[in-house]
Amino acid sequence: MSDVRLRTEDLSVGYNGRELIRGIALSLRPGEIMTLIGPNGAGKSTILKSVIRQLALVRGTVCLDGRDMAGLREGDVARRMSVVMTSHISPELMTCFDVAATGRYPYTGRLGILTREDREKVAQCLELVHAAELADQDFSRISDGQRQRVLLARALCQEPEVLVLDEPTSFLDIRHKLELLAILKDMVRRRRLAVLMSLHELDLAQKISDQVVCVHGDKIERQGPPEEIFTPDYMRQLYGGARGSYNALFGSLELEAVAGAPEVFVIGGGGAGIPVYRRLQRQGIPFAAGVLQENDLDFPVASALAAEVVAEKRFQPIGEASLRRAAAVMADCRRVLCPLTEFGPFNEGNRQLLRLAGEAGTLEEWPAGENFKNPAGIS
Amino acid sequence: MKNTGRYALCFLLLAGLVLALLVWNVSAGSVDFAPGEILAALLAGPDTGIIWGIRLPRVLAAAILGGALSVSGFLLQTFFANPIAGPFVLGISSGAKLTVSLVMVFLLSRGVVVGSMALIAAAFAGSMISMGFILLLSRRVKQMSMLVVSGVMIGYICSAVTDFVVTFADDSNIVNLHNWSLGSFSGTSWESVGLMALVVGAALLLTFLLSKPIGAYQMGEVYARNMGVNIRRFRVELILLSSVLSACVTAFAGPISFVGIAAPHLIKALFRTAKPLVVIPACFLGGAAFCLGCDLIARTAFAPRDMSISSVTAVFGAPVVLYLMASRRSGRGGRDQ
Repeated sequence: MSDVRLRTEDLSVGYNGRELIRGIALSLRPGEIMTLIGPNGAGKSTILKSVIRQLALVRGTVCLDGRDMAGLREGDVARRMSVVMTSHISPELMTCFDVAATGRYPYTGRLGILTREDREKVAQCLELVHAAELADQDFSRISDGQRQRVLLARALCQEPEVLVLDEPTSFLDIRHKLELLAILKDMVRRRRLAVLMSLHELDLAQKISDQVVCVHGDKIERQGPPEEIFTPDYMRQLYGGARGSYNALFGSLELEAVAGAPEVFVIGGGGAGIPVYRRLQRQGIPFAAGVLQENDLDFPVASALAAEVVAEKRFQPIGEASLRRAAAVMADCRRVLCPLTEFGPFNEGNRQLLRLAGEAGTLEEWPAGENFKNPAGIS
Repeated sequence: MKNTGRYALCFLLLAGLVLALLVWNVSAGSVDFAPGEILAALLAGPDTGIIWGIRLPRVLAAAILGGALSVSGFLLQTFFANPIAGPFVLGISSGAKLTVSLVMVFLLSRGVVVGSMALIAAAFAGSMISMGFILLLSRRVKQMSMLVVSGVMIGYICSAVTDFVVTFADDSNIVNLHNWSLGSFSGTSWESVGLMALVVGAALLLTFLLSKPIGAYQMGEVYARNMGVNIRRFRVELILLSSVLSACVTAFAGPISFVGIAAPHLIKALFRTAKPLVVIPACFLGGAAFCLGCDLIARTAFAPRDMSISSVTAVFGAPVVLYLMASRRSGRGGRDQ
């Protein structure tokens, strides 16, 4: 088992000797990213803090490179494992280069003076995280995204085998989140790092992780590759009766559908319906959607948000039965919206629906004007 | 490497300043000496004149103890991650003052002459007691300003008890004790200078050797631990060293205010760095210069009366503390669950 970098056996973690989470058995190989997910306060950080020896273990062992960490000296751990934690640091009068250079600590001499080689390594690490141009800037004056990158460079300067990160993407905007994770993935591939981290963002966790660990209650509830973890049913269970739903394919979240009998019928398909569904949901108007093939882009969103969806089987043209059902539902709606502009053999039925609505005089234009923003009938 | 030139220049400047102040301090006073006369006296070797007998030991004491206070302050600021921490505001000097006056009153009333080493030991014990209280409080009080307020309170309690003790001291001791408890470098003997040089020198050397972990600790405890610092041992070392340094000052010169905050801050601003390797020796020089300057004013401003050194350091040091408190970036507290 020499290719296991980090391994916990029968580990219990908690504060002041009280077990918060027990029976933690993780095993992390080089080149792998393992992500802890779970509700806020589930203890993701507690596990990470215990692994990096910031918290005393309540029970069990953590092994680094097959050796029990309890028996390792500080320097031995420092040369193998480095961290990026959430604790906010504001070092005085330090440039980004200085901050990154602190990662050389385990390798420098008694007084910590950097050699030329050390300096080159620091510069390389800053380069790796695309922060070379920040080297001379004051660390306290850069943005959160830049700060995370410099701290990542610091961790890399330690030349670790295992990298532990606690919610590295918090406080970052979407661009910086993606950038940071892309850098991380690149590091893992190039340097065969083993990464253990916690993430809030399910969509990112699903995309970047090789292994996902679900922390729930007082245990690790589930653990495995993302495709086994990110199922709608399990996500609902993990995040306990959340209002809304989870789309496993896109890893995205949808809000709760508006309850009630549909007031608006949306003729959609091919992605055109999604913005309309979202707007109706925001405005609190229950609606019906149709006719959508089950493999249509609109279908998962409509299923999450609509009071009723008239669906056709996958890869099938809209048939008589669906059309009749849709017409019946549409007849009960006061208004009809049709964001759809293209019709072909597969959605010929929707063209007929549009004609029906026009004849009934319930068709409204989309994109809708002021009238739609403040719909009559909703007071 | 581009900073090395700046550091060298600043060190040269500081050393020059300390030297100039040393000379000025020896020359100025009730009797003025020209630099030439001082040089002649120095070359002539030890005698019992004003220069060798009174001025030189006092001036050296001011330099050594000022430097010690400044380094002690720097260590406490690093430990508490708080720029307004220092041996005086945290009540550590006052704790030392209390135990020293207790020992002095108790032993002097029995006719025992108290040795300098015993005074240092007493001051160290007092420092550690105050430090213990501060450490206990710092577990509960997370806000830095509140910690400083707690320290000031501890200082007041200790000062009150000291005043109480002094009130009941023998008349013959009272003048001495009273002067000492206000803080003064006057009446320093060569024997004391030798002892303080030894203690402060040793503590300073050990502190300098801790530069590397101190630098790591400036990044916060979490990262310092991850870099391989043995946090528990390091914290003990830091506390012991800063207490020895400030205890030594209190034992010889009484409590001296604000040097421990003002000097490190001015030094960091001058050098534009907080790197311990540079800042620790620079703090020593800066504190020495600060105290020499203040002692010069204390001796000459209202000559022939000596002012207490603490009043002068407060006049110059307290504004720096006020500035630091006002300019602290507010908000953005640490996020640690």
